[in-house]
Amino acid sequence: MTQVLVKVENLKKHFPIKGGLLGKTVGEVKAVDGVSFFINKGETLGLVGESGCGKSTTGKILLRLLEPSEGKIYFEGEDITTLSSAEMRKKRREMQMVFQDPFASLNPRHTVEKILEEPLLVHGVKSRAERRKRVKELLEVVGLSSYHAKRYPHQFSGGQRQRIGIARALAVNPKLIIADEPVSALDVSIQSQVLNLLQDLQKEFDLTYLFIAHDLGVVRHISDRVGVMYLGNIVELSDSEQLYKNPKHPYTQALLSAVPIPDVEYQKERIILQGEVPSPSNPPKGCPFHTRCPKAMDTCVSVRPLLKEIEPGHYAACHLYE
Amino acid sequence: MNSRIIDVKGLRTSFLTDDDEIPVVNNIDFHIKPGEVLGIVGESGCGKSVTALSVMGLVPTATGKVEGEILFKGENLVQASEARMRKIRGNEIAMIFQEPMTSLNPVFTIGEQLIESLRIHRKWNKKKALAKAVEMLKLVGLPRAEELVNEYPHQLSGGMRQRVMIAMAMICEPQLLIADEPTTALDVTIQAQILELMKKLNKETDTAIMMITHDLGVVAEMCERVVVMYAGKVVEEGNVKTIFQNPKHPYTVGLIQSVPDMRVRVDRLYSIPGNVPKPGALKLGCQFAPRCAHVHERCLSEDPHLSAFKNGQQVRCWLYEDGKGATFHDSSLS
Repeated sequence: MTQVLVKVENLKKHFPIKGGLLGKTVGEVKAVDGVSFFINKGETLGLVGESGCGKSTTGKILLRLLEPSEGKIYFEGEDITTLSSAEMRKKRREMQMVFQDPFASLNPRHTVEKILEEPLLVHGVKSRAERRKRVKELLEVVGLSSYHAKRYPHQFSGGQRQRIGIARALAVNPKLIIADEPVSALDVSIQSQVLNLLQDLQKEFDLTYLFIAHDLGVVRHISDRVGVMYLGNIVELSDSEQLYKNPKHPYTQALLSAVPIPDVEYQKERIILQGEVPSPSNPPKGCPFHTRCPKAMDTCVSVRPLLKEIEPGHYAACHLYE
Repeated sequence: MNSRIIDVKGLRTSFLTDDDEIPVVNNIDFHIKPGEVLGIVGESGCGKSVTALSVMGLVPTATGKVEGEILFKGENLVQASEARMRKIRGNEIAMIFQEPMTSLNPVFTIGEQLIESLRIHRKWNKKKALAKAVEMLKLVGLPRAEELVNEYPHQLSGGMRQRVMIAMAMICEPQLLIADEPTTALDVTIQAQILELMKKLNKETDTAIMMITHDLGVVAEMCERVVVMYAGKVVEEGNVKTIFQNPKHPYTVGLIQSVPDMRVRVDRLYSIPGNVPKPGALKLGCQFAPRCAHVHERCLSEDPHLSAFKNGQQVRCWLYEDGKGATFHDSSLS
C-alpha cells in the first residue's frame, strides 16, 4: 500500500518586480507557475531542469521558506499552507532541507556540535546530555567520527561538510528531506560517496526525498520518479526508468540528448535546441517551450497544454499527445 | 619538432608562502599536436587550472614559481620575457575562462573588448577590426552581431557571453586555444551548443585545443587524447578510446565508475574512499595510495614513475612497471 506523503496542487510563486520612483510593482517573475505533483512515502522524486526553471523555488515553497502565491500543499493529508508560522515551525520537524553549497550553509563560527545541536534545541530536546549523545550518533550515521564534534566547518572538506549538512537535517528524525542540489558542488569521486550515503539513510530511516538537481545522470541514479521542469512548469513526470528510456516531451528529449555521455563508442542523435530559456518575467503565451520546440504547431503558440496522463503513470504537458 | 605545437617537459609550478613552497603542479610532461584536442581531467586541486595559467604565463611572479620547460613551437615560454609573452598571449595562444559572467569587463562594450587584441597584435585600424569582430560574432552563432558589438556584457545571457569569450579567443586565429572548464557554468542544452561550436571551429581553423574539464562526458565527446591528473601529477595518459575502455590507473578506473550513467541504472555507485588531497599535504610514495584499493608496501615509500605501453598509453602506477603487468582485472569493472 503506497501512501502519499506530500501532495502539491497548482503551486504558484510570483515574485514582484519593483520599479519606478515610488517602488510600485511593475511586473512579476513567474518563478513557479502552476505545479502539481505528489510524493509517495519512502520514495525519491527527482526534479530536474535548467537554471531558472523554478525547481529550487518549488523546494523552498514546500517547506514554506517562501510563501506560495497560490496553491495548496498537503503534508500527510493536512493543508500546511494555512498554518501559522509557529505551527509551521513545529511542522518542519518532519520536513528538513539539505542545501547545495556546503561552504555557505554551515555557520563558520559554530562547532559541528553546536550546528547539530541547534535543531534539537529548537525542537525541544532539553537535556544537554541527551543532545550530545544524539550528536555523536548522527556523526556516526553519516560516516564521520564523534571526535569531529569539536571542530569547525573550515576544518572539513566539501564532502565532509555535506555530510554535516545531512546530519543536521536528520537530527530531528524527519519524514521528508528536500535536497537541493546536494552533490553539485562536489568532485565526482566524492559525489558518489554522498549519493550512496543518501541511499543508505533512506533505507535505514524510511525517508522520503525530494531531490532537486540539474545533473540528469545523478537524478536518474537516485530517483524512483522524475519530474522535468521548464520555465516554472512541470512538462513531464514519470517513473524514472520510463522517462529516460522513452521521453515524451520534446524538451525532455532535447535535454537528455544534450548530456555528454562518458563513452567514446556511444553514438547518438543530438537535438540541439536553438536559443535560450525565455525570461520568466515575460513567459511566452501558450506552451512555455514553443519558442524553442522543434515540433511546435499552431496550437502551441496560443493554448497552454496541461499535464496529462498519456500512459499509466507517465504524465506530459504537450499538444502532441492529444 | 614541428609535429608538436606545445611540448611541456618537467613543468613544476609552486606557490610561495611565508616560509614554504607548495608545489601545485609537480613535474608534468605532455604535448599537443597541431589541430589536436587534448583533454586534461582531474578533480579540484589537482593542478589542471594552474597548468593552464603556467602555459599562459599568468602565474603571478611575486607568489608563484614556474620551473621546467614549456616549448611553444620550440620556444621556451618559461624563460620568455613579459614583453614577449604579451606578444604571444591572445595572439598565438588564447584562453577561454570558466566564468563567462566575470571574465568580461562590464564597463566596455562587446565590440571594444573584441577588437582589443586585433588593435594590439595586428595594429589594425578600428573600422577593419570592428568588421572582423562582427564576422567573428556571426561565426560563433550569435544573432544581431552588428548591434551586439555596441552592447555591454550585462545585456547578454551566460551562453551568449561564453560565445563572446570564444569569439574573442579565436579572433587572432591562435594556434593553441586553452579552454578552462568552458561549459561548467552553463546549462546542458547551452553546453551542447558551445561544445558543438568548439568542435566546428577546431575542424575549420585547425586550432589545437587544450580542454580542461572535470566532466568525463565532455572529454569523451571532444577530445582525442586525455591526460588524467591527480595531486599535481599526470597519473595516466592515452588516447580517449583507450582511457575509457581500458583505463589502467586505479584512480582513472574509479573516476570513470563514479559517474552515474544516464543510460543504465546501478543499485550502488562505485566510490573512491577518502578525500582529494590538498596541495601541500603531499606524502611520500604514490599520492593516490591512501585511497587506492590495490595499495601495497612499495606504493607508500616510493613514488611510481610513468611507464609507457606500446599503444602510447602511459600510467604512473607500480602495478604496471615498465609497461608490463597483467591487465588490470577488477571484478567491479566487468
